[in-house]
Amino acid sequence: MGRFIVRRIIGMILVMFAVSILTFLIFQVIPNGDPAVRMAGKNSTPTQIAAIRDTWHFNDPIYEQYVYTMKQVFTGSLISYSDQTNVWQEIKKGLPRTFALGIGAAIIWMVLGVSLGLYSAVRSGGFSDRLLTVLALIGVSMPVFWVGALMSYYLGYKFGWFPNGGYTEIAQGGFGQWIYHLILPWTALAILFVGVYSRILRSNILDTINDDYVRTARAKGISERQVLIRHVLRNSLIPIITLWGLDFGLVIGGGAVLTESVFNLQGVGQYFAEAIGRLDVPPVLEVTILGAFFIVLLNTVVDIVYALLDPRIRLGS
Amino acid sequence: MTEPILVIDHLKVDFQTDEGTVHAVDDVSLSLAPGEVLAIVGESGSGKSVTAMSLLGLNRGPNARFTGTAMYKGTELLSASNDDLRKIRGAEIAMIFQDPMTSLNPVQRIGDQIAEQILAHEKLSKAQVRDRVVELMERVGIPRAAERARSYPHEFSGGMRQRVMIALALSCSPNVLIADEPTTALDVTIQAQILERIKDLKEETGTAIILVTHDLGVVADIADRIAVMYGGRIVEQGTVDEIFYDPQHPYTWGLLGSITRVDRPRGERLPSIAGLPPSLLDPPAGCHFRARCPHEFPKCLEVPPLEDRGCGHADRCWLTVEEKRAKREVRPGEIGLANKEEVAPV
Repeated sequence: MGRFIVRRIIGMILVMFAVSILTFLIFQVIPNGDPAVRMAGKNSTPTQIAAIRDTWHFNDPIYEQYVYTMKQVFTGSLISYSDQTNVWQEIKKGLPRTFALGIGAAIIWMVLGVSLGLYSAVRSGGFSDRLLTVLALIGVSMPVFWVGALMSYYLGYKFGWFPNGGYTEIAQGGFGQWIYHLILPWTALAILFVGVYSRILRSNILDTINDDYVRTARAKGISERQVLIRHVLRNSLIPIITLWGLDFGLVIGGGAVLTESVFNLQGVGQYFAEAIGRLDVPPVLEVTILGAFFIVLLNTVVDIVYALLDPRIRLGS
Repeated sequence: MTEPILVIDHLKVDFQTDEGTVHAVDDVSLSLAPGEVLAIVGESGSGKSVTAMSLLGLNRGPNARFTGTAMYKGTELLSASNDDLRKIRGAEIAMIFQDPMTSLNPVQRIGDQIAEQILAHEKLSKAQVRDRVVELMERVGIPRAAERARSYPHEFSGGMRQRVMIALALSCSPNVLIADEPTTALDVTIQAQILERIKDLKEETGTAIILVTHDLGVVADIADRIAVMYGGRIVEQGTVDEIFYDPQHPYTWGLLGSITRVDRPRGERLPSIAGLPPSLLDPPAGCHFRARCPHEFPKCLEVPPLEDRGCGHADRCWLTVEEKRAKREVRPGEIGLANKEEVAPV
């Protein structure tokens, strides 16, 4: 276990290193123009631009620029090119919102995905199974920005049942308002995953239900419900957990760009999207590294949980 | 003779498939006396496992159709509700399955899996259950049982897992034990150990056993009576001595001829029955063994009845007793009772 964690930490550092270099280099290569020119503004003299170049180390060799930037990333002193704000402070403002969105949506999609998948498998071939299959396919096919926009327009703006985007902190508006503001974004984000998860679980269950040990369980004289939950479901859920960890890591690492933007949640994802729009390298770089961190972290957690759920898996080998 | 504990009468099992109806079991009647060991012998697809599974309703499903009756202590098993059947499963009739590598839940501790069955039928405290589990595991010959109860299936060898399956099956002292090819997936030496163990337990507990196998050699030592199945039907039925020393059906002759034996001349090819078992999707008319039988004659186009020649030795063949005696390749006395040392996978 100890060795496993050490290996994973080393792996995490390597992944973050690779991701940061790639992101850094991409911005050197894309035709984004000179950040110094944009920072200097329209009516600037070459002297001013040169001065900006100098202050921001744009004249240094690329590897020195990289080292300089990474130092700032890890000391939390990285400054945005476009509005000169501290990137880490902005991310810190966005993280609770992103977490609120991600955790809520992940719970919803897991609970709904598992219950619908189980129901579908038990009723396999029947009418409700077919109906759920169709619904799941529709859910998977609808892009988040479209569902989100529809929800926001009809449920938020037209009927006025829900707030039209935005985020309220618990400290500010209370728990009720917090949930009230998050219901639409949670639903929009969860719809896609519910479809995917219920489909995967359904097929896992239908595979497992014909396994020999399920027949053994039935021959013991326990109820069908116990057979399903103790033997079938538990073994079918193991692969779902992996998927869940990865998707959750992606969302809290700033991957819910579209949902956050459509509902104006001002989370890390939205911050990321806006920074890309302005070709603002520092926020993009820092959010990408953060995202990589969360994904690798969740991956490690998934592996540990996996080993706890399935005794055949040993960590470290 | 004592009152039988289980009576199967005219059991038919059909499965609807995309290609048509499979007549897996066709008119099987059997009875089992308390403490008796009945072997059902046949090759793959002969309907022997389906017969066994049907008793516990383990092959029930939307595509399966069962007719006939199976009476166990006043309960008709084929039509029993799932709830009634649940009370019988494990407690009254228990089952050991073919492949011990896959028959145990890979993510549950061995002890918990045995305990689950005990708790399904009896109200016992945790400590009582734990003691019972350890005692059961010791009884089937698992060393360091208390410690091993906390292990997972993948930490056991195949033979040990089959012992666990036996312990599981015996945990509620069932009246009937159905062993479906209990040794097929095991090494020859382990096969012998497991059979020995089943035999011992039968002596100790007096449980009646239905032993399903494709290997006649396996049953010689342990069974009281043998039913030979072919193509979903019983083709011959009798005591072990009757089947081994006075086999009536040409299929049984073939089966007996294909047992490996120490006294067979070296270098001689092991005889086998030519051809393949019939498809039960569209079975041939008349005797199912007709196509592979060297003694086929026109009468075989009609289904021969399972004719009792007295004392319970019955067979399904149109040949007269005299004809059989003349044609039988395996002559009485030539085939000795196969000992377990000679047992080899067919």
